[in-house]
Amino acid sequence: MKAVTANRLDDGAVVYLDESGQWTAELALAARYEGDDAEAALADAKRRATEIADGYLIEVTETGAPAGRTTLRETIRAAGPTVREDLGYQAAGR
Amino acid sequence: MYRYDEFDATLVAERVAQFRGQVARRLSGELTEDEFKPLRLMNGLYLQLHAYMLRVAIPYGTLSSKQMRKLAFIARRYDKGYGHFTTRQNIQYNWPALADTPDILDALAEAEMHAIQTSGNCIRNVTSDQYAGAAADEVEDPRPYAEMIRQWSTFHPEFSFLPRKFKIAVTASDHDRAAVKVHDIGLRLYRNDKGEAGFEVIVGGGLGRTPYVGHAIRKFLPKEHLLSYLEAILRVYNLQGRRDNIYKARIKILVNAEGADNFAAMVEKEWAAMKKTDIDLPREEIERIGAYFAPPAFETLPEESASLEEQRRRDPDFARWLRTNMAAHKTPGYAIVNVSLKPVGGVPGDISDGQMEALADLAEDYSFDEIRATHEQNLVLPHVRKDDLCAVWSGLKRADLATPNIGLVSDIIACPGLDYCTLANTRSIPIAQRISERFADLGDQESLGELKIKISGCINACGHHHVGHIGILGVDKKGEEFYQITLGGSGAEDASLGDIVGRGLSADATIDAVEKIVACYRANRQDNERFLDAYRRLGAEPFKEALYEAA
Repeated sequence: MKAVTANRLDDGAVVYLDESGQWTAELALAARYEGDDAEAALADAKRRATEIADGYLIEVTETGAPAGRTTLRETIRAAGPTVREDLGYQAAGR
Repeated sequence: MYRYDEFDATLVAERVAQFRGQVARRLSGELTEDEFKPLRLMNGLYLQLHAYMLRVAIPYGTLSSKQMRKLAFIARRYDKGYGHFTTRQNIQYNWPALADTPDILDALAEAEMHAIQTSGNCIRNVTSDQYAGAAADEVEDPRPYAEMIRQWSTFHPEFSFLPRKFKIAVTASDHDRAAVKVHDIGLRLYRNDKGEAGFEVIVGGGLGRTPYVGHAIRKFLPKEHLLSYLEAILRVYNLQGRRDNIYKARIKILVNAEGADNFAAMVEKEWAAMKKTDIDLPREEIERIGAYFAPPAFETLPEESASLEEQRRRDPDFARWLRTNMAAHKTPGYAIVNVSLKPVGGVPGDISDGQMEALADLAEDYSFDEIRATHEQNLVLPHVRKDDLCAVWSGLKRADLATPNIGLVSDIIACPGLDYCTLANTRSIPIAQRISERFADLGDQESLGELKIKISGCINACGHHHVGHIGILGVDKKGEEFYQITLGGSGAEDASLGDIVGRGLSADATIDAVEKIVACYRANRQDNERFLDAYRRLGAEPFKEALYEAA
């Protein structure tokens, strides 16, 4: 399954597209797509150029955890630097 | 130190104003990301994994206390209370907001700093020896030439769209602390048999995907022709360098495809056809720039300090720090102080806002207001009276900046890696942290002597792994982190590229492997020879055996 992720335009923070079409900071709340739906959702998201700087698809499990070859990278994006647990989303206790 | 003249100040102010407009147009949607990205990169603003990253230039690594305080202010006001010193004497902020960057650049401009030439296919911020103007072994201060290169290269219209980025380093000592042989152009200022000072011009070195040690294409270039000769090299590269393949676009590929002799002939031909007087600076201008780097008002002091010797005898910790972190100064009674940004278990190159301010204070009180950044991600107080060394050490201790490990096994270069960097395949920092913890015993570290470990999280080699005595390269294997070890590299005057010693290892196995390599060195070492010398004498075999025999 796929999810749409991006970096928010104004501060570069990691965001994911949720079911309601809003950007969320929590990967677990991201909308999950199969096949062509994912590409379509990404294409829509990329048109929202004043909201995000960059958008792409990531592989996720059915419960919304990072999956596939970029698991580590996307785990770090979702949480923050592994060497500074006081920074990034992980600092807020998520 | 160099001070901006009206041209520098105007140029930087205009660039910030221009970027402010570009940011506003990006935020309003007038500019797309594709349109904006090259503009932000021209101003040092990258987008990384978690946030934007702003890379600030520190030309030839020289900073004043005022500039360091400004960096601290930016870290506190606009970032998360810290900065990261890089392997090119720059500083990076990891969390700035896009909307804040014009204000950050304005703040930098107030302290005569900017983020120009820290990205893109231009001539990048010029680097130099961190001991410049202080080193006991230097011919003369290389920074006036670095500053001439900075002025010549900034917004140079002919060289703003090179095939690829272009890095120049300058040294003026026999002991090369600026890694000049692994730069696109390395310049080594030395004295010839007649006693004249001039440059050895080394071209085509570099790390990354295709590493090379550079070739000397000119043994002796009279100093006054520096800029015209650089321009000739850049012209040949700009015309002949490959633009069809990003992996073959650096000058090192051109130099090695043509052969160094051929390339040198092309440069000489171009140079002979140039009207040098249009480019080379007149003597008065060279002297004018040189005057900015006049030595500070050193006192006339005896070479040895009685109080220093007394303190050294009394405090073994201070004595250890002197042995590892102090270097010889050219002026009697003075010393160079290295400030390690590599505490055990720490993030190489990271420094907090408070530490920056503490260092600015120490520089103001004890080092003629000067601080240097090193390409090994440490800092330097270049001009400290020997009588003041104990006070400086105490001040550094209070700021947690007194780790006595310069050049030792825990003084590790590491790129930001996958903890921050969008290009990385693996993490680098945790490997550095774990190695420094494994070798935490200071006595053991010192007994091992000089041992340079350098770690990169991808093939782009920002962590200089190819020239590490022990190099570690992170590689991704189907989503898992593996690390490939190289041995015998050096980025100094005895430059060489490390040899790959075997298959990639897991992170855990990598830490163990470094320990086995070090144990093998210890067992085979002769007469206190350095690790690098032992490796060169013994070859890779004993180390390979130690690494893979039990596996």
